[in-house]
Amino acid sequence: MPTLTVDGVEVTVDPGTTVLQACEEAGAEIPRFCYHERLSIAGNCRMCLVEMEKAPKLIASCAMPAGDGMVIHTNSQKVKEGREGAMEFLLINHPLDCPICDQGGECDLQDQSMAYGSGNSRYDELKRSVAEKNMGPLIKTTMTRCIHCTRCVRFATEVAGVEELGAINRGENMEIATYLEQALDSELSGNIIDLCPVGALTSKPYAFTARPWELSKTESVDVLDAVGANIRIDSRGKEVMRFLPRLNEDVNEEWLSDRSRFSYDGLKAQRLDTPYVRKDGQLQPASWGEAFDTIAAKLDGLEGGKIGALAGDLACAESMTALKDLMDLLESPNIDCRQDGAALTTESRSGYLFNTSIAGIDEADALLIVGSNPRHEAALINARIRKRWKRGNFPIALIGEQVDLTYGYDYLGAGPATLKEVAEGKHSFAETLKKAERPMIIVGQGALSRNDGAAVLALAKKIADEYGLVSDDWNGFNVLHTAAARVAGLDLGLVPGEGSRSATEMLDGSLEVLFLLGADEIDTSKLTNSFVIYQGSHGDAGASAADVILPGAAYTEKDATWVNTEGRVQLGRRAVFPPGDAREDWTILRALSEKLEKTLPYNTIRELREKMVEVAPHFADIDQVTAADWTPFGTEGTIEDAPFANPITDYYLTNPISRSSRIMAECSATFSKVKGEGTGTNG
Amino acid sequence: MSFIDKQARSLLLAEIVTGLATTFRYMFKTKATINYPYEKGPLSPRFRGEHVLRRYPNGEERCIACKLCEAACPALAITIEAEPRDDGSRRTTRYDIDMTKCIYCGFCQEACPVDAIVEGPNFEFATETREELFYDKEKLLANGDRWEQEVAQNLVAEAPYR
Repeated sequence: MPTLTVDGVEVTVDPGTTVLQACEEAGAEIPRFCYHERLSIAGNCRMCLVEMEKAPKLIASCAMPAGDGMVIHTNSQKVKEGREGAMEFLLINHPLDCPICDQGGECDLQDQSMAYGSGNSRYDELKRSVAEKNMGPLIKTTMTRCIHCTRCVRFATEVAGVEELGAINRGENMEIATYLEQALDSELSGNIIDLCPVGALTSKPYAFTARPWELSKTESVDVLDAVGANIRIDSRGKEVMRFLPRLNEDVNEEWLSDRSRFSYDGLKAQRLDTPYVRKDGQLQPASWGEAFDTIAAKLDGLEGGKIGALAGDLACAESMTALKDLMDLLESPNIDCRQDGAALTTESRSGYLFNTSIAGIDEADALLIVGSNPRHEAALINARIRKRWKRGNFPIALIGEQVDLTYGYDYLGAGPATLKEVAEGKHSFAETLKKAERPMIIVGQGALSRNDGAAVLALAKKIADEYGLVSDDWNGFNVLHTAAARVAGLDLGLVPGEGSRSATEMLDGSLEVLFLLGADEIDTSKLTNSFVIYQGSHGDAGASAADVILPGAAYTEKDATWVNTEGRVQLGRRAVFPPGDAREDWTILRALSEKLEKTLPYNTIRELREKMVEVAPHFADIDQVTAADWTPFGTEGTIEDAPFANPITDYYLTNPISRSSRIMAECSATFSKVKGEGTGTNG
Repeated sequence: MSFIDKQARSLLLAEIVTGLATTFRYMFKTKATINYPYEKGPLSPRFRGEHVLRRYPNGEERCIACKLCEAACPALAITIEAEPRDDGSRRTTRYDIDMTKCIYCGFCQEACPVDAIVEGPNFEFATETREELFYDKEKLLANGDRWEQEVAQNLVAEAPYR
């Protein structure tokens, strides 16, 4: 444990810590551009110079390991001059275009030149200019502004795992470029915008639209996948301008996936902003009263068994509680939150959670992925797995579709047959799992949303039990969800009771009334005889099949509770108001219940949340993961031979918000391997 | 003594004579009033009147939508919205000044890095309705075209002191 003195303060740090980190620990602020906690050390900006006694020159603190007995000065005249010199060099080729630069106001170079620069320029010569690079529909480049910190290159290579960015040429001619002059093919590419300390890489969709000082910032949670990444919603007036990641070491670190970051323009398109009622075969705008009257007339005297409700992937816990309670009051057992028909049950909470927790991946030492493509289903979890894999000694095996996961893995096979082999110990990977101290298995929705899903789940549990995946201090059994609403739905018991209908059975058209709470990933073709009520924010599949539409709020427009795939309860906060007549979802259900004379017993969101805690006590523990007991789940049965198919065919278009987004459509056209069918005029 | 002095003054109409003398003196002096609006007084090149949005000599608008004037405005009178123009350059799609909010402090023109927004020498922009004082980009650019010569001269005159 080296002990060093920084500006007269003595600190003891872990071996391997850099001088820069030691200085931070001692409370001294060190300016930097290239150094980043989560990336490897480059040491090429020279901004972090500090003075070390007995050293002939200033040292780059980010690249110098802290040693015992070092005496560091961070505020001496020599350091000040050193920083001014480094800054002057950085500014030689940096254009003075701050007024038209999107980074203006949140630029490291701007801030640090104010704080550590000399204040005037001695440079009269011409500045160099660099041609723009094509980095796809998300990233706008202004390479003249680049200061060659190589953070983006290191991020792409190390974290995202796509070796497509690099520096070409040397010295003054050095340029950052994509090797093949094409878009960066990564689900995490948006993060290089945040990493860039200057305005060389900026967001293309956000270009020129707002300045950081005019945005109101709301801390919330992302719901476009089941990771529950922490985000900051930047809004201006009634418009969401952008999403930025928020630091949470246990969930998303400081990254955000592209779909979550850039779907915001979908919040302004295809919105349901007024109730609709189908009259003469046409959906026509109506008032709330009219819509409720139509529903009340239809439900009047109808027995509970003829009514069903489906909760979609973006439904918040509050609205699902209200929906469940309303269905109970209507005496209907037909309720489901698993619109893809996943064979998950509420019998054991550990049977549908990502028990290891996302941060727990760092401690694992073997991994088996079954029927999942984490890169598309949970890009941030995939980044965690890659982070663990890079440390070495982490054998990974995959059963399912063979895809590029950005890290190396053993491909065992495509279907349940291979899984059975592993379970029976016939496969060599069974040995690896047995030998590992903290092995884990990730079961994806591709393996569970099949007719034999329950049997596959039971088989996975068998592997977990037999190979010691679960012990007192370790639970290596993980279900990877793709829907933000799923875990909350299961926690709250939104599954059909004994002898009632599941999601697939509800969609066969046999029900009189079907209530869709934001359910869009469904086949509505057989619903012609059912009276469909759709409550949601976007006009997608569900709304077009509806007889009555109740306009709800999107996730940026309501205070709501979400539970991520680990079972972490997180609060989302309202940044803007819902458009037009749209209302927060639980209030719609509360108002409807009054009209149906089955009033729900809560008037405020606080009372509703108390009810939620009553049903599932862990809803009281915000931002916490409540570990689940390892109890039996899954039903053994015959397993079909069909290979596992991943649930996501197009990463950029998985939910109604992203499907309404122009940016996502552009990304889909650029990146997705699945191309839409031609229009007939495409040659 | 003061009693006699007072009586003598009033008897000899001293106050009236003094007053009339002032009147006669001013009758022959040059006049301070001017025949506004046919005559106008001089204006400092620093005068802060009605706003104009200027253009470059080639007709390109100067404003680059940096929003510094919006940020500097203490009365929150300026509203700007921007997006990339077809050629990729940064331009405003909306540039509104609420002239009823404006306090004519001149911070906007001080903040402007390209001398696009300038308070020109025009002070005669009274209107019949309030709405006419909500200036939009078109109106401001038209002002700029009308006052360009004067504004440019003033800027040149002021350049050494900025």
